[in-house]
Amino acid sequence: MLALLQLPETAASGPALDLREAGIQLTYLAAGVLFILGLYSLTKPARAQRGMQLAAVGMLLAVIGTLLHKDIVRFEWIIGGLLLGTAIGYPLGMFVPMTAMPQRIAISHMFGALAATLVGVAEYQLHAGGPPHATMAALGFEVMFGALTITGSFMAFGKLQGFITGTPITWRGQNAINLTLFAATFGIFAYLVASPGHPVLFYAMVAMSLAIGVLMVLPIGGADMPVVVSLLNSYAGLAASATGFAIGNTVLIVCGALDGASGFLLSVLMSKAMNRSFGNVLFGAFGAAPTASAAAAGAESRTVRSVTAEDVAVQLAYAREVIVVPGYGMAVAQCQHQVRELASQVEKRGGTVKYAIHPVAGRMPGHMNVLLAEANVAYDRLYDLEEINDQFEQADVVLVIGANDVVNPAAKSDPSSPIYGMPILNVDAAQSIVVLKRSMAAGYSGVENELFYHDRCAMLFGDAKSSLQQLITDIKEV
Amino acid sequence: MTITLLFVFVLAGFVGYFVITRVPPLLHTPLMSATNAISGISLVGSLVLAGANRGNLATLLGFIAVTAATINVVGGFLITDRMLKMFKQKLPGGAAGADGAAKAVTGGNGAAPRGETP
Repeated sequence: MLALLQLPETAASGPALDLREAGIQLTYLAAGVLFILGLYSLTKPARAQRGMQLAAVGMLLAVIGTLLHKDIVRFEWIIGGLLLGTAIGYPLGMFVPMTAMPQRIAISHMFGALAATLVGVAEYQLHAGGPPHATMAALGFEVMFGALTITGSFMAFGKLQGFITGTPITWRGQNAINLTLFAATFGIFAYLVASPGHPVLFYAMVAMSLAIGVLMVLPIGGADMPVVVSLLNSYAGLAASATGFAIGNTVLIVCGALDGASGFLLSVLMSKAMNRSFGNVLFGAFGAAPTASAAAAGAESRTVRSVTAEDVAVQLAYAREVIVVPGYGMAVAQCQHQVRELASQVEKRGGTVKYAIHPVAGRMPGHMNVLLAEANVAYDRLYDLEEINDQFEQADVVLVIGANDVVNPAAKSDPSSPIYGMPILNVDAAQSIVVLKRSMAAGYSGVENELFYHDRCAMLFGDAKSSLQQLITDIKEV
Repeated sequence: MTITLLFVFVLAGFVGYFVITRVPPLLHTPLMSATNAISGISLVGSLVLAGANRGNLATLLGFIAVTAATINVVGGFLITDRMLKMFKQKLPGGAAGADGAAKAVTGGNGAAPRGETP
């Protein structure tokens, strides 16, 4: 607001430059405060929407403040960019379905990182003979984080969208090659800080960072995507922060730091939820060697119990406590609305339905919560791992919909399993377990699931959406 | 100067860390899309690049950067708003009314930079 009031004054008189600069800084301060309040509002679901609208106002203030900058003399390219960006961004914001949220966020990281990287490249170009050492350090971080986020996010987008295979792509000596490339890039960076005037080296550093982004995501499997998307979120933030250091802009630094902290925290939470270290996720290539021991355990000789929708409908109709365990399969089948409809049928008959959400269910943090919220499931029905794990004993029926690794007892019982030690949902404590699944294929980790052979577990094969529709029809007739 | 900026960075990082620790897992996806929208703040740097007379290359890079950052900002805030609206509606009786305000603010966000034409 202050900036707006100052506009006529600064436009009228030339010497009022300090006032103009102060105005810009005040809009940045207001923006920074509004962003923090916006993030704080996310601690309460009911207040969150309002808070983030304030954050959007903060962004608007920062943009208006920047347009007062004394260096800005022409507006045609600015307006063109804003118009084009809005034309592309609007449909990305309004029409992308909730099921496609992980890939949408991944591609959005790419755009943010692209902007930061281009600003970095242009800044370097503008310093004939190389920028000062400190600026070079900031620019180096900016283009390194930026460039690897561009390609890394695009790879993540490809894997989530399905045009790049979701299974890890690995080869011999991969980690050694990656680490060498990483060390070489950092070496160039260090050299450039000491002696900034080498454009060839600068662009080599950018190109190598682009390559690192690709190589970093190639060996990471679909189930590890929550960690990668969080990490890229963090890198996009750090790139923005480095931009702030390079051009001496505080609001960039503040936002980048918020973003970096958030992404870092989420990646740590996700890694913890899988009982794996950061390094293990990045360099471990989950399921790369398809665990011969598990596959050779004679799984083929055992049989699973398959049930019809009618049987399950009867169980559900008379159940008092039902717990639904959704997984990535629910997102793929886009059946969250059917899940909710079935739940209301159960509730109509006097049962209660709860939802058990594993932290890494789906392809990004909170993925399941968003889908269920879209289907109008009240959020007090959604339970975290710790909250629900001792309630499975009281459950009459557990419905596992498209989840696999997060309910695999091997995580507790089989030290040779690649997912050993990962906290899982204790669905095997329930009276009856029904797994909705397309086929007997293993989960993303490539691990056989003992649960399916459990005495109280039955399989309802088929596409989750049509299975659920059948269940809804059948339960109405019980 | 650089040291002052480092102060800002470290303190903002701390604030971010402690605020975000309190965000429940329920809202982790909106959190991610919110921080993504906020990281579109690179727009600020891009605007100066596109608007200053620093040669054709700088203007071209600036133009692409403004476009990319605007996609990030507009798309990011809109989708965050869409998601948070869904979570808000879960409160009994708290659903109606807020919708109109939401549209007004986010619509304004997308449109206003354009209104800033000299």
